[in-house]
Amino acid sequence: MSPRNPTWRVKRRTVLMGSAAAALATASNTGFPRMSHAQEAAAPVGETRMTVSLVVNGEPRELELDNRTTLLDALREHIRLTGTKKGCDHGQCGACTVTVNGRRINSCLSLAVMHEGDEIETIEGIGTPESMDPMQAAFVEHDGYQCGYCTPGQICSARAVLAEIEAGIPSHVTADLMAPMQVTEDEIRERMSGNICRCGAYSNMMAAILQVHGGQA
Amino acid sequence: MDFNQPATENPADRQRVLGKSTPRIDGPLKTTGTAPYAYERHDVAEGQLVGYPLGSAIAKGRIVSMDTSEAEAAPGVQAVIRTTDMDVLGKFQMNVVPLFGGPEILHYHQAIALVVADSFEEARAATALIRVEYDEDETDGFDLAARREAALEQEGEIEQEVGDFETAFAEAAVTLDETYTTPAESHAMMEPHATIALWEGEGNLSVWTSNQMVAWNVQGLCDVFGLNKENVHVDSPFIGGGFGVKLFVRADAVLAALGSRETGRPVKVALPRPMIANNTTHRAETIQRIRIGANEDGTITAIGHDGMSETQPGGRGENCTAQTPVFYAGPNRLIVNRLVDMYLPEANAMRAPGEASGLMALEIAMDEMAEKLGMDPVEFRAINDTQVDPGDPEKAFSERHFVECLRQGAERFGWADRNQEPGSRREGMWLIGHGMAGGYRGAPSTTSAARVRLQPDGTAIVETDMTDIGTGSYTIIAQTAAEMLGLGVDKVEVRLGDSSFPVSAGSGGQWGASSSTAGTYAACVKLREEIARRLGNDDASALEFADGKVTTGDRTVPLTEIASDGEIVAEDTINFGDFREKFILATFAAHFVEVAVHVGTGETRVRRMLAVCDAGRILNPLSARSQVIGGMVMGIGAALMEELAVDTGRGFFANHDLAGYEVPVHADIHEQEVVFLDTEDATSTPLKAKGVGELGLCGIAAAVANAHYNATGVRIRDYPLTLDKVLDRLPTI
Repeated sequence: MSPRNPTWRVKRRTVLMGSAAAALATASNTGFPRMSHAQEAAAPVGETRMTVSLVVNGEPRELELDNRTTLLDALREHIRLTGTKKGCDHGQCGACTVTVNGRRINSCLSLAVMHEGDEIETIEGIGTPESMDPMQAAFVEHDGYQCGYCTPGQICSARAVLAEIEAGIPSHVTADLMAPMQVTEDEIRERMSGNICRCGAYSNMMAAILQVHGGQA
Repeated sequence: MDFNQPATENPADRQRVLGKSTPRIDGPLKTTGTAPYAYERHDVAEGQLVGYPLGSAIAKGRIVSMDTSEAEAAPGVQAVIRTTDMDVLGKFQMNVVPLFGGPEILHYHQAIALVVADSFEEARAATALIRVEYDEDETDGFDLAARREAALEQEGEIEQEVGDFETAFAEAAVTLDETYTTPAESHAMMEPHATIALWEGEGNLSVWTSNQMVAWNVQGLCDVFGLNKENVHVDSPFIGGGFGVKLFVRADAVLAALGSRETGRPVKVALPRPMIANNTTHRAETIQRIRIGANEDGTITAIGHDGMSETQPGGRGENCTAQTPVFYAGPNRLIVNRLVDMYLPEANAMRAPGEASGLMALEIAMDEMAEKLGMDPVEFRAINDTQVDPGDPEKAFSERHFVECLRQGAERFGWADRNQEPGSRREGMWLIGHGMAGGYRGAPSTTSAARVRLQPDGTAIVETDMTDIGTGSYTIIAQTAAEMLGLGVDKVEVRLGDSSFPVSAGSGGQWGASSSTAGTYAACVKLREEIARRLGNDDASALEFADGKVTTGDRTVPLTEIASDGEIVAEDTINFGDFREKFILATFAAHFVEVAVHVGTGETRVRRMLAVCDAGRILNPLSARSQVIGGMVMGIGAALMEELAVDTGRGFFANHDLAGYEVPVHADIHEQEVVFLDTEDATSTPLKAKGVGELGLCGIAAAVANAHYNATGVRIRDYPLTLDKVLDRLPTI
């Protein structure tokens, strides 16, 4: 291991900051501009709450929400459809994947009030324990999960991936944009890579997705 | 039930349900989003408020002042709890750093406040309005490498000293003396730490939480708040991954309880993802010097492992030498462990603590040594196998089939056709390499209790505070009860994670499966005895349970008839006797890997991997395999990408979210094969089983590293093997 640069010693000093505002580092010796807390706390302009109408799993829903509410939290906290998971709240893990008007999105990166009139499908709309969708059943059969927390997002993505390939939407690994799109392991891996599974059930999910594709073909 | 001698033939040997690949019984809940995880339990308490935590912005020092006036006045805010409002709270023995209370700061993102509000959005916004003034301490720094020299001058803890290592090493025909580093790692489980807490009256506390060890969680809350166990209720039926970071009570539960105590209402708290890496625990960074001396024929004569890791004062760091005293033979041995006190966040257990990072180093060293000897690395390991503790030859392994793992793995992988000359096999722009490594992980089992309730309808319910963190506990416990009672798995309901149930081993250290099924076995044996008594037969072992019926002599009675007057309940505990201390109980693996390294970019792709495992009887081959492939995936992460990057100036992990801390994704994982040797370990449990939850991670990263060397001819001893470390040494395109 190559020795690292010598540590710059932190001198005993007083700093003023809260970690939530750490990016706006206020310590005088950092050279960053100082932003006053009065500015941060400035009163909002306009309405802070709005009404939004969604169609969730085929059912019309009217919600009156804090504008800052994500689609994810609207589902989990307000409609209490908790099958959609919050893993990071920053669009990094995919656990919150749902489809909006047929396209999958990270619901944590989208404010609920942006979805007026949109049709949302969550894991609860795909199947139930008594009547599972083929993808859900294939995940059970192939043990395509372990802790289960990323699983609803994985299943929403897996179904969308097969639909995207069917619709001819290319991916980063699509070699020939003019040829008919093929369902290959490489295409599936690439397109599923926004959904992290820390338990590492990826190869079992692959078996499940291929089985469902085989059943559709 | 006391387990005081090796298991003999017993009803679990029938293997009609146990040992069969069985889809998880909780699968339909998990795949439909109906399994309830902690934060989403709207049904357990009315009127839930939301708490949002604030973490310290310094690593070491104290809070001079906290101004929460703006936060308190913010819309929707019900309460602001400040660490400066109270003395430091109590601490569970397994936690190293107190979780809340008092002005002292011991690590970055230590919880210092909680805002409780009507909604998540309001709580989060108000938290940003808290102003904190700190007095920061000067420390000895946060750079383990920079502090190594001074640490080596201190006396380390000698884990094993046998023979005369220094002389034997000096006189050895072939020697290796290299130093390896492993970075700090984050568990990065998918479900953030989360708790709903309800504090009632003078000290009745209920928490719905996500925790691997329910009884430890109860004790932890008692220690933190000075409560009595009978007044604390913990419920943790589904856990979205843990890997060790949810072993003990953590800040989410403490803060939620404080919030509820203050407001009189249920309060739920999830740790925000960017706070988890620094607020909770991590696997410690290590620096490991390994020396091996051998005869020309490859026989090891001297083995030395000097490991060093960072820890908070009073902590345990990462015991990276854990495997070295017993994994390979050799008459002269010196194994030393050193801790370097540092005010980074708390180092504590992460999946296979010790062996996971220790084998990352040791198994590269073995590969390097084999090369120096001109030997096949499989053969080099095989001839240095030991069936006893090299430091105490009276102590034997209960079962050790490591050589068979090596041989079968080599055969199945096609090891004979591997690339022999490092850097010499090429397919277009890709350099192809093959590598292997050994895997070792201890197989502890601990006291575990369960209750079995035979229902009038002939079904059975098992209750135990055991947890299922993705390991498949629900299913193997159902299989155990089904086997013992002659039922189908679908006739057994399993209830886990509730502190009102009998206390189990919990999930950690890969002891959960072996211990909790043994506890279930004990309860089932007791139930069988009660059934025998009711049938007028004193000898329960003479009863045959099958197809929902029990047969004694020429009489066959349906279980529905036996329980027709009401459920029959049996509860028991498995206690493991001293006789096991004469043995080393462990699990073994041989990992084989093929990688491709791009000659232009240094990008590494793991093309195929094989693990051959020796872990005793396998209870559910389907979920056991998932545990092993999951460990292999985590091992690819450890080998190629995972590193908590230390800001050595400020003392925190800079890449503290899932974008900065990279873990393997679908695109990283190709062919994976797992083979379980058909072995059983009668010394382990009545079911002759051992755990596999951590074994899959042990050794795999080194196998990837060895394959990477074989592909490129460039030996990297500092994990992870990122492309910047190899780019300037690749062959010309």
